[in-house]
Amino acid sequence: MPVFNQSRSRIIRIIFLAAFLVLAAQIFHLQVISREYKKQADINAIFAKRVYPSRGIIFDRKNKAILSNILMYDLMVTPSEIKGIDTNYFCQLMEIDTAEFRKRIKTAIIKNKAFRPSVFEELLTPQKYARMEENMWRFSNGFFLQPRPVRSYPYNAAAHILGYINEVDTSIINKSNGYYLPGDYSGRTGLEQYYEKVLMGERGTELWIKDNFNRLVGHYQNGAFDTPAVAGRNLRTYIDVDVQQLAEKLLTNKIGAVVAIEPKTGGIIAMASGPGFNPNDLTGPDKQRNYSRMVLDVSRPLYNRAIKGQYPGGSTYKPLGALIGLDEGVITPESGYPCRGAYYECKRPIKCTEKWPGHAANLRLAIAYSCNSFFSSTIRKTIDNPKYHNARIGLTKWKEYCNAFGYGHKLGVDIPNENGGNIPDTTTYDKEYRGQWNSCTMTGGGLGIGQDKMLVTPLQIANAICIVANKGYYYLPHFVKSIDDETEEDTSLVNKFRKKHSVLTHIPDDVYEVVISGMHDVTLVGTAAAIPKIPGIEICAKTGTAQNKRVIDKKVVELKDHSLFVCFAPRENPKIAVSVIIENGGFGATWAGPIGYLLVEKYLTDSLRADRQKEVERIAAANLMPSYLTREQFIADSIRAYEWFKLTRDSSYIDKYTYEEIDESLLHQKHTPSPAGKKINPYSAMALIDDKNFRKKSCFEMNS
Amino acid sequence: MNERNATISKGVDWSLAWIYLLLVAVGITAIFAVTYKEGDPIIQSFLGFKTDYSKQFYFFITSGIIGIFILLTDSKFFTATANLWYAFGIFLLLLVFPFHSSVKGTESIIRFGGFQFQPAEFCKICVSLALAKYLSRPDTDFTRTRAQLIAAGIVLFPAMLTIMQSETGLALVYFSFFIVMYREGLPSTILVIGFSLAGLVVATLLVEKNTLALILTAIAVLFIYFLGRQARRRQYLVFNVILLWLVCVGVQRFGVPFAFKHVLKLYQVERIYSTVGKEVPTEYVRARETELTIQTGKKKDPDYNVKQSKIAIGSGGLTGKGLLRSTQTRYGFVPEQRTDFIFDTIGEGFGFVGSILLLAVYLLLLFRIVTMAERQRSVFSRCYAYGVAAVFFFHLVINVGMTVGLAPVIGIPLPFISYGGTSLLTFTILLFILIRLDADRQMVLR
Repeated sequence: MPVFNQSRSRIIRIIFLAAFLVLAAQIFHLQVISREYKKQADINAIFAKRVYPSRGIIFDRKNKAILSNILMYDLMVTPSEIKGIDTNYFCQLMEIDTAEFRKRIKTAIIKNKAFRPSVFEELLTPQKYARMEENMWRFSNGFFLQPRPVRSYPYNAAAHILGYINEVDTSIINKSNGYYLPGDYSGRTGLEQYYEKVLMGERGTELWIKDNFNRLVGHYQNGAFDTPAVAGRNLRTYIDVDVQQLAEKLLTNKIGAVVAIEPKTGGIIAMASGPGFNPNDLTGPDKQRNYSRMVLDVSRPLYNRAIKGQYPGGSTYKPLGALIGLDEGVITPESGYPCRGAYYECKRPIKCTEKWPGHAANLRLAIAYSCNSFFSSTIRKTIDNPKYHNARIGLTKWKEYCNAFGYGHKLGVDIPNENGGNIPDTTTYDKEYRGQWNSCTMTGGGLGIGQDKMLVTPLQIANAICIVANKGYYYLPHFVKSIDDETEEDTSLVNKFRKKHSVLTHIPDDVYEVVISGMHDVTLVGTAAAIPKIPGIEICAKTGTAQNKRVIDKKVVELKDHSLFVCFAPRENPKIAVSVIIENGGFGATWAGPIGYLLVEKYLTDSLRADRQKEVERIAAANLMPSYLTREQFIADSIRAYEWFKLTRDSSYIDKYTYEEIDESLLHQKHTPSPAGKKINPYSAMALIDDKNFRKKSCFEMNS
Repeated sequence: MNERNATISKGVDWSLAWIYLLLVAVGITAIFAVTYKEGDPIIQSFLGFKTDYSKQFYFFITSGIIGIFILLTDSKFFTATANLWYAFGIFLLLLVFPFHSSVKGTESIIRFGGFQFQPAEFCKICVSLALAKYLSRPDTDFTRTRAQLIAAGIVLFPAMLTIMQSETGLALVYFSFFIVMYREGLPSTILVIGFSLAGLVVATLLVEKNTLALILTAIAVLFIYFLGRQARRRQYLVFNVILLWLVCVGVQRFGVPFAFKHVLKLYQVERIYSTVGKEVPTEYVRARETELTIQTGKKKDPDYNVKQSKIAIGSGGLTGKGLLRSTQTRYGFVPEQRTDFIFDTIGEGFGFVGSILLLAVYLLLLFRIVTMAERQRSVFSRCYAYGVAAVFFFHLVINVGMTVGLAPVIGIPLPFISYGGTSLLTFTILLFILIRLDADRQMVLR
């Protein structure tokens, strides 16, 4: 054989070596130079599982848990593992039919793939849970129950204060700078939202290894890189849950609000808004249905009127008006007004409830009998104060006083979405009267008796009365007394509530004493004298009766007066200040007054006398829902049905409204600005646009 | 007994045996790393024949016993029966057609009892022996074209049968025997032409076809221009250049598209394109529309295997994650993890250092075999040794190449390491026949 070919062995070796070098170079590139693959591998195989800590609990002032966490169960399904189960029996237990069963399995597969667990039904009702738990062994191929902590409210109270939690939506995620991730829960409204950071604690991370089907197969490096979850911290509040429950009970079937504050600390003892709702309605399996029902209710049970409702202050403003007049030196405690049943000094007379002479002989009497003429004249004197020679300065000065009392701006309570009310100033009147106004302009409108353009919230009224009770200082009204294991960050959150605001302390105590005496007289001889006394407790109070109008069917309608009431007790060393508003309730002493008395008695004596218990039942049973609500509900529902019809050509909902002749203009009403300052609830607007099914369901529920 | 041992071990090249044992051990370890689940009792599952590593372990024992039997055989036996082996191999290949059982899309497996057997694997031994036998025949003059064609026929006939069993990958292995023929005097031009053709095909894939045609034309024109005066004297040169240009453009414009449209399957086209990192041009896809519509139900990313494989190897870094700490290879991200993509386990678990060491061991093996081949006095032994080296080399380069994204994904195993009884047995027999032949190099003259 030719020997010369031997040189080719070298070439073959070179080929082998060259191939080796090429492979080595590529491996070097993959493993040493490029970092990309390492990252890709982590994305592939490591799953950072979020570990949720248990959310903090909220306690009342007697350390009763107003809300707590309970476990509810989601029924989970892994479609690929379903094997040999009795589907009929399963459906029977779950109260669904087999078509629904098949549909849900299909949805689960589409959403999450067949080999990964998905939710079959979330938050089982206790009955279903019990049935499924008992029979789980039959369905363990493919089904399992997954616990999920859910809020629960053992006292069924304080829904507006506490707020609720819900899964975060896109806007929250975007706003949070990546802190929240889809699937997280966060507090919505109320304390849950304000103290979100405190309550939620810190999420932990567990690194898991997953396989090519995204199934978790074990802890990554035995958990060496896991971070533990830190439990949310508890809130201790000033709330007295018994008073709170009572307040909510008293507001049954009424539109209105109640706020009770501890004057010495600004701590809110109770805050209720009517109509209210049971906080448990927004947890558990029916939360979506309940939510849509409430969103579509024109009486707006989700709306917290205690901080958002803006009402004319009415006569509850009078003690403040007196203090302003006294401090400005335009009246003295001895000043009187010869009232003959009305104030005639401006164009339009302002009527007074009392006609007999001498009911406003001095300040104390004027407060006790709530003399409109006296306080109209006081505000005129304040605005036309000779000190300033100019009504503009006088009005500005008056506004400053009002602001100092907490009117006309948001107080900054520790639940979100508060409204600030309104205190008119020179620009308001300049605009309306083109600069041509004098002190008679607003006095005639009733500014001196808390009407005209003055709007206040129930919270502001209660806070202002705290200032009177405290003789010049207040703490921002707030709920939270302390946070367990308070951190520096928490302190910055609650610090503003621990700061004493000494706004009108320069007014001497004996001047306050005059006003307070007047308010005490209210309960003895004045407007609230008819309300049965609480033995051993001296209450200082002021009733209010505020006129109000509303646009109904494009007509301005004068409605029954709002019933207002403020009080604090006991007279010496006050422990509670209450403000009550019952919309269209008539005189202050008719409904609001008795409610205020009951709350004071309940709080101070920790119980109610037997006859008072009957009074509670009487008030709770009274239905004061204004009749225009029915009309508005009808309009809202028929518009929705019409929109639904336009969208889907499905006339089944609108048919319900055709028995009556519908004015076409009603259908377009929603395009005009909402009457009487009533804004369209953004929730309902959203709900209508977002989800056809939801909308369909809502329409159905509203009408059936 | 002792005396007999002495005769067996006499002349045996122990270095090869040690490398063999090392590679098999690495293989079983790697398979163990892929399939071991935490908490399994290791010894029981190793002996239980239930897990893959246990099976591979028993395959190894079986192979080892057969290897020892081969060492006990007279080396003349292989020379004498080489043609018989070839006939037997072809017979088995033909037997597949009526008796194959379809496993994972291949039609190349015969099943009897609980065992599967792939003749296409086994036939490599037969071809090695037969080719060696033919080349070592005294009356073979390998400088003649006829002899070269016969040798090519010996090699390509089983390759053709294998392609007919939808095992293109295994068939390609037979082309590696051209290394043997090259060593025995196949003209270099053939290799040059082969490589050029391969280069042209790759260029076709990478460069837009009109651009490539222009480039080829430009090269041809330049060539003729530089030939200048010579061209006028020797006109056949110009003629040759033009002919070459025509062939190149023909291959590029018509040959490759024809092959992609009508010869290769769509998944093969996809794999080839994914190797060069490009999308399959729509014209090839459209030509396969019917095939595609059948596939769309379970349309997969054709790149998936290679992508995952590169991720797995790349994530190993310099020193690797450690055997049982690997995340990619242990949790099924790479398909065919135990068999074709076993190199990923090494890459991820032991990193760059481990991968290079393993490749170095293979390189050592190849160099050792070439050295051994060159020291043979018998042409048969030398040709056989080169055959073995060529087969190992091809398997190694293509297998590792496809895991790192340099070669198209054709399912051929990594010698001694990939899971699989037939392949381990085949490679063992290949190697041990070589050891046996080498041990007797002093005794045999040809």
